[in-house]
Amino acid sequence: MKTFKRGGVHPEENKLSENQPIEVLSVPKRVTILLGQNLGANSKPVVNKRDKVKVGQLIAKGEAFISANLHSPVSGTVLKIDDVPDQVGHNKAAIVIDVDGDEWVEGIVRSSEIAKDIKLSKEEIVKKIQEMGVVGLGGAAFPTHIKLMVPEGKVPNVLIINGVECEPYLTADHRLMLEKGEELLIGISILMKGLGVSKAIIGIENNKADAIHLLKELANNFLGIEVQSLKVKYPQGGEKQLIKALINREVPSGKLPLDVGCVVSNVGTAFAVYEAVQKNKPLIERVVSVTGKSVKKPSNLLVRIGTPISDLIGKVEGLPEDTGKIIGGGPMMGKTLISMNAAVVKGTSGILVMRENESSRIAVKDCIRCAKCVSVCPMGLSPYLLAIYGEQERYEDAGLEDVMDCIECGSCHYICPSGRPLLDYLRVDKVRVGEIMRNR
Amino acid sequence: MSLLKISGSPHVHGDNSVKGVMYGVLYAMIPAILASIYFFGLDSLKVMLVSVVACLLFEYLIQKYLIKGEVTITDGSALITGVLLAFNVPSNLPVFVIIVGAFVSIVIAKMSFGGLGKNIFNPALVGRVFLLMSFPVEMTSWPIPKPLFSGKVLDAITGPTPLGILKEGLDAGKSVSELSQQLPDYITELLGNHGGSLGEVSAIALLIGAAYLLFRKIITWHIPTSYLGSVIIFSGILWLINPELYINPLFHLVTGGMILGVFFMATDMVTTPMSPKGMIIFGLGAGIITMLIRIWGAYPEGVSFAILIMNAFVPLIDKGFKPKRFGERIKNG
Repeated sequence: MKTFKRGGVHPEENKLSENQPIEVLSVPKRVTILLGQNLGANSKPVVNKRDKVKVGQLIAKGEAFISANLHSPVSGTVLKIDDVPDQVGHNKAAIVIDVDGDEWVEGIVRSSEIAKDIKLSKEEIVKKIQEMGVVGLGGAAFPTHIKLMVPEGKVPNVLIINGVECEPYLTADHRLMLEKGEELLIGISILMKGLGVSKAIIGIENNKADAIHLLKELANNFLGIEVQSLKVKYPQGGEKQLIKALINREVPSGKLPLDVGCVVSNVGTAFAVYEAVQKNKPLIERVVSVTGKSVKKPSNLLVRIGTPISDLIGKVEGLPEDTGKIIGGGPMMGKTLISMNAAVVKGTSGILVMRENESSRIAVKDCIRCAKCVSVCPMGLSPYLLAIYGEQERYEDAGLEDVMDCIECGSCHYICPSGRPLLDYLRVDKVRVGEIMRNR
Repeated sequence: MSLLKISGSPHVHGDNSVKGVMYGVLYAMIPAILASIYFFGLDSLKVMLVSVVACLLFEYLIQKYLIKGEVTITDGSALITGVLLAFNVPSNLPVFVIIVGAFVSIVIAKMSFGGLGKNIFNPALVGRVFLLMSFPVEMTSWPIPKPLFSGKVLDAITGPTPLGILKEGLDAGKSVSELSQQLPDYITELLGNHGGSLGEVSAIALLIGAAYLLFRKIITWHIPTSYLGSVIIFSGILWLINPELYINPLFHLVTGGMILGVFFMATDMVTTPMSPKGMIIFGLGAGIITMLIRIWGAYPEGVSFAILIMNAFVPLIDKGFKPKRFGERIKNG
């Protein structure tokens, strides 16, 4: 069974919602669309206060090179364009829309009929994906069209599709693979055409045997798409780890997957690409797992971007009594939410409600030099040492020890018997080293 | 519902803890503890109890009255030091000598460096070596085992360890084949029915514990393998050159503190390197130094010195042998 070699951990999987079909969440009363949803520059608003908008209408344009378009996920009136707190509590520019009915713009195909023929050319595909505001749905929200614009001198030869979903609890990608398998494969074919490669490999961990089986069968009807099952190991969904696991290539430090001839995209993204290219539908909704041990009805919800988190929690029969922490994303890399009023963004893969008794960290003790952090680090770093450098503010040294290679998977903190907040220190290291590098 | 908590990721923690690790090591020592009680009777139980209680007490006193900080004697680390120190001494060692050893181990070798995780040298070994140099007679008169229920009532009979017999004999100009009649056979060595310190008598009991440590992933294979490997190669080459002057590698493996040292002390996480490569260097170095001392040194046994010397090299090894980075070179398949 294939997997990446170095490091990794195996946290409890807790895929509580894996058997729950995707449910459509009703349209909220008000949506908040952050202008900075994607990696890169903010989108520039093209609507004004009190403007009427329809579902799918362009409301903000990605003008910078790395940026993405935003479309209204609802019909209604623009209430304000102002700073509002995002999921982690920072005030960020956003367009707030009051919902009125559900009127869609012309041209979006809303039938669920599968459109198989890819009519657009390579260039048209890239343009369409850019127009429809598709970004990576695995979490980083990197604009997808940029991945397809291969710089001079680089030659990709394989497209890697990430169906790993190695974060515990999350099941959105799993459900999507099961319920939208064919659309997904068409989306992958579109990405292959846009990228100009003849081969794609979908990597799926073998705790999703049903999805592996289904996609393998469906893939027989598609040219050049291969499904590969992988041993369950975190952080296999990290793109460098996934490339290593699937085709045994190591992306050099500081380089991109393209430097070893591949591009990585998430299954959710591939589905969004299908909808964008075949259905002319912008990225205005996504699947979000709402889950947790005390949650009454762990679910997978199809929600409009900008929906308040409280609506999602309401759909799963409310916040449990013993809630101690709410996380946007999975338990290994997700961020704690400061309030349920914050809105779903394109990168929101899950809402995880943790119990009070699982919400606190264990007491911090001195390092006993057990070397577990070294052995689990998938990037081959020495987290114990980088944490000491962080503690002592020796950022130059941390930079020399390659702290910038850290992918923030959290395996080191997860495994540490002394409960040392290693990743906290490493994050500070990275910010400071980044500053030093920029000032040079 | 109380206020929600906020923290950075990760939000889940593996079920490891310092206590878990330390008690894992203690469980691994149970077979050897039972074996030592079987072979040396209640004397060995007394040595272990005195050593453990003294270690705990010294750590408690230091933390409570000198540092005035958190008392962590329940974390199991002082317990391990206590048992390991007892494993390294003869079963007839006077009580006050044991207490001196515990003092040196805990107060000097551990707490004065800052406590668990900060010490450079293995505390139990520092205590043991201190005693060896301060009380050479008491520390080298090894009672002959008188197994429980064996009916023997002879008391206070002491004899040399197999390594001692070999060293003295070779120094006196005898050959290995002449001496081998005086040496216990390998089965006896493995089971433990021969003279020695508490913990070095039964290699089998120690190996059971070592297997548990490896299974629980408390220790990794790197140090034991490279340590034993270098001992086998070193002694093997000499044995092939002249079997009358140098005894075979198997003898070196099963005698003295080899198994105890290799699996329980050279693997002490606090005082050994962090990277796999570093651990292998550590094991190789310790193996070579052990054999240098055993064959050409003044002492019959060299495991403790070898590990302590290598402990001193750990910071250098950590600096020189980093883990292998991801993405250092491109391998295009």
